[in-house]
Amino acid sequence: MVQLKMLTAGIAGVVFSVVGAAGAATLDEVKSRGYLQCGVNTGLPGFSAPDDQGNWRGLDVDVCRAVAAAVFGDSEAVRYTPTNAKERFTALQSGAVDVLSRNTTWTLSRDSDLNFEFVGVNYYDGQGFMVPKDLGVSSALELDGAAVCVQSGTTTEKNLGDYFRANGMELRSVVYETSEQAVQAYIEGRCDAFTTDASGLAAERSALAEPDAHIILPEIISKEPLGPLVRQGDNEWADIVRWSLNAMIAAEEYGVSSQNVDEVKAGTDNPEVRRLLGVEDKMGEMLGLSNDWAYNIIKQVGNYGESFERNVGLKTPLALARGLNEQWTKGGILYAPPVR
Amino acid sequence: MAEAMQHYKPGEHPDLPPPRESVGPIAWVRQNLLSSPLNAALTIGSLYLLYLVLPPFLDWAIFSANWQEGTSRADCVKDGACWTMVRARFGQFIYGFYPQDERWRVNVAFLLFFVPVAALLIERVPGKRYFAIFLFAIYPVIAYILFYGGLGLQEVPTARWGGLMLTLILGAVGIVVSLPIGIVLALGRRSALPVISLICTGFIEFVRAVPLITVLFMASVMLPLFLPVGVTFDKLLRAMVGIALFGAAYMAEVVRGGLQAIPRGQYEGAMALGLNYWKMTGLIILPQALRIVIPGIVNTFIGLFKDTTLVLIIGLFELLGIVQAAARDANWIGLSREGFVFAALVFFIFCFGMSRYSQYLERRLHTGHKR
Amino acid sequence: MTASAETQMTSRRRSLLQDERIRGLILQILVAAGVIAFAAFIVHNTATNLARQGIATGFGFLGNTAGFDISQHLVEYKLTSSYGRAFLVGLLNTLVVSACGIVLATILGFLIGVARLSKNWLVAKLATVYVEGIRNIPLLLQILFWYFGVLATLPSVRNSLSLGDVVFLNNRGLYASWPIFEPGSGLVAAAFVLGLIGAIALRRWAKRRQDRTGQPFPIFRAGIGLLLGPPLLVALLAGLPFSWEHPELRGFNFSGGLRVLPEFAALLLALTLYTAAFIAEIVRSGIQAVSYGQTEAAYSLGLRPRVTTRLVIVPQALRVIIPPLTSQYLNLTKNSSLAVAIGYPDLVSVFTGTVLNQTGQAVEVIVITMLVYLTISLAISIFMNWYNRRIALVER
Repeated sequence: MVQLKMLTAGIAGVVFSVVGAAGAATLDEVKSRGYLQCGVNTGLPGFSAPDDQGNWRGLDVDVCRAVAAAVFGDSEAVRYTPTNAKERFTALQSGAVDVLSRNTTWTLSRDSDLNFEFVGVNYYDGQGFMVPKDLGVSSALELDGAAVCVQSGTTTEKNLGDYFRANGMELRSVVYETSEQAVQAYIEGRCDAFTTDASGLAAERSALAEPDAHIILPEIISKEPLGPLVRQGDNEWADIVRWSLNAMIAAEEYGVSSQNVDEVKAGTDNPEVRRLLGVEDKMGEMLGLSNDWAYNIIKQVGNYGESFERNVGLKTPLALARGLNEQWTKGGILYAPPVR
Repeated sequence: MAEAMQHYKPGEHPDLPPPRESVGPIAWVRQNLLSSPLNAALTIGSLYLLYLVLPPFLDWAIFSANWQEGTSRADCVKDGACWTMVRARFGQFIYGFYPQDERWRVNVAFLLFFVPVAALLIERVPGKRYFAIFLFAIYPVIAYILFYGGLGLQEVPTARWGGLMLTLILGAVGIVVSLPIGIVLALGRRSALPVISLICTGFIEFVRAVPLITVLFMASVMLPLFLPVGVTFDKLLRAMVGIALFGAAYMAEVVRGGLQAIPRGQYEGAMALGLNYWKMTGLIILPQALRIVIPGIVNTFIGLFKDTTLVLIIGLFELLGIVQAAARDANWIGLSREGFVFAALVFFIFCFGMSRYSQYLERRLHTGHKR
Repeated sequence: MTASAETQMTSRRRSLLQDERIRGLILQILVAAGVIAFAAFIVHNTATNLARQGIATGFGFLGNTAGFDISQHLVEYKLTSSYGRAFLVGLLNTLVVSACGIVLATILGFLIGVARLSKNWLVAKLATVYVEGIRNIPLLLQILFWYFGVLATLPSVRNSLSLGDVVFLNNRGLYASWPIFEPGSGLVAAAFVLGLIGAIALRRWAKRRQDRTGQPFPIFRAGIGLLLGPPLLVALLAGLPFSWEHPELRGFNFSGGLRVLPEFAALLLALTLYTAAFIAEIVRSGIQAVSYGQTEAAYSLGLRPRVTTRLVIVPQALRVIIPPLTSQYLNLTKNSSLAVAIGYPDLVSVFTGTVLNQTGQAVEVIVITMLVYLTISLAISIFMNWYNRRIALVER
């Protein structure tokens, strides 16, 4: 028994970690801890996945890094908690993570009933279908009676039901616990189609043996605004995460990137940019941060456009076009409120 | 007959060979395979079944299989099994995503585990006590540092553990933790104190009535709700807690069987010597009871070991999980059979080994009672 | 107070502590207090956490619209059905796969158990290999193997294997023709029930008569006649009130007729094969537990081998077999929850999976699930205990 106690004590000493009260002052918590605890996807290429060296990379991961850069001036002061669809909300609720940045759809019930606060949208997505090319289908409306593979416990599953019901089509869904299983079953021919968010479809398709043998149908059957979320009740912390994301978006709008941020900071006359980079006024202090918070984000993580191109853009295997995720000035709907 | 009749004095008749029909391979076949028409039919049926299953399987698994090295499915040119995949993924199957440069630590940890275990299991080796002390008192600390990091070793987060290594860790922790808890629960259930007996019985029966997967779901989804605000557990640790508590309930029932088999006289004798409850239990009852149920304990271990595969459902990549993940890799897509056969073989070796050892123990321990 | 009285007091106090009953009482109070404190701690934390997150507690969510599809439903289930309905569908799916598994595993297990004791060397060895092989490989691996390794490699829908135009087999399942009941088939069912009641009554009568007079009655043949005769007769009289619905390839998939999902087939196959190996061992040890003297005694009474087996060996072996068999049935039912790994919509997959995720009511959902399994376990063990008592040795 003594040995047993030693064993448990040994494990408990390091693995069992008290992350402290996640009540009102998350910022103080994070600061005293010295790193940000960020909940991410267990592995979705382009959004959050570990690279060969085991470092987390992706569009969602960049939000975590931006928050860390804003708080600590160091975008690497993050520890990632990979979560699956089932665990993600409890992880945030229980205080295991400070931010959940895990391609999570902003919905009314999650915002209200689950008591979260979505602080913005870092990817406007929508649900689509992938089918094998030789199925000879060119529209989702032709899928009457088709077997569709889907992951359980996501908004996807309900959207699928709604779409088939609204169009009076017969649905034969096959529901799997994980996205990986659903894809595997789709590949093995258990289903005619696989459905998830369009970005996810692109990611999964890029990882298939023959991506060209599969097509993504044009219909987008739902709105899936994906964004980071925090616990409700700590508005200061929500502000910090919200404006970390907004800073990336605004930086792109004003043409500030990680390459030119030093020159811009030294030479710009644009009052908006001067405020953003902390040359003028004291925006950072209003958030409870240092005034070079946004400078650190842009310098270390880059603006939204850079992050997009690096992780999911046309030069990556996912090859996603900007589409809705373009600046409002260029026909998209990305619109950062003024920094003022 | 009459002229062959020879008369011997009583007790001097020479030994004659047995009748020709009752010895030799032909007689054996006749007795064991063709003793009656029904038996003959069964033999033919069985042979046909073997013919249906064995040649295609052997052809697939051995003769037309691909054994060479390679990097993708295209390297498997023959029709049979593509063992190339297992070769290419072997490191991952064993160590999961454990960093390449740190894998020596896992090897050292397992070497330090299997040597003392072997010493404990093989009868001839002396000094069992020291091996046991090492294994239960010192080894957990060493293993923890080796696996997780510390003392100058690079930290490897549990999310990167996987493969056979994770299976063995889960199994070993489950076994080591569930046995003492199980013994305590069994004693509690047999206790004369009604409250204690009730609590232990309730726990045992509840856990035994629900599937392990719901216990694991509870550990992964609900445990955070049970803890004070802001306290969190590592996911792997939560799975370990679930498996250990689950195993403990089954272990308790096995131990209880042993306790019940101890004759009343042993209790009375111990009490007559003036031993108190703990001394009686520790010195007289438990040593005998545990000895009786060693086979049952080993069987529970086997069950526990097989059950570790369930953690793949809550997203931990133990051996089976990582084998399944390999079948999803674009390079090796669709090669699930090879992976499953490999994993099945590994599990079989461990489980069959354990069950053989338990049978050996059973035979050895029962010498006294054999009729 | 004198010094001696004082010593008396202390010694009494000491004896109070040494009194086993008092000590037991104190220990129990301490343990009970500990357990209650622990439970209170958990409940308090859960309540605080839930309150902090503002999660509504209660079972009201069961009435909300589920809005997701379930691939196999034995009762009517639509996209507009409620979560409560989804729970029922999942529960029935669990029960149906468990019930089929129990029946098939029992049959296969008895056959293999007997085969292990066969005088035929080859049969006995094959049975041993089967038992040792299956028992030492994790069930989950076997389920995944059958699902991803075998059933997924069947031909696609358009290249289905077919038997006439009645049975089709492909990687989406097994499709077969299935009778549709038309008006009048109720009468057939009624006739069957009447036949069943008649057969039971006849059996009782025959047993009583045999006890009284020693006259045996060919109950088996008469019973079969009673079970099959009346329904057949009624069906013929009513003009065969069935029609066959044949599976047909429409669009992407077959529709119509009986549909067996590959998820169901893989789960059932794996559960049956796995549990049968354990049942075989139980049967073998049960039969071996009947001492050979019983057989010899029966032979010396002039009973033939088959009668000996039926009347002497099996009843005695059953007494040894039933209790462990019960726990195998329980195991099979619990193991059916591994359905979640291959997407068979059982209780755990539908309710603890999808519904929990959609509603976020983790506590309620897990409590309900555990209560269901507790109830099933209790029901199976009560039934088997009753059966066990019935066949137990009656000391005369």
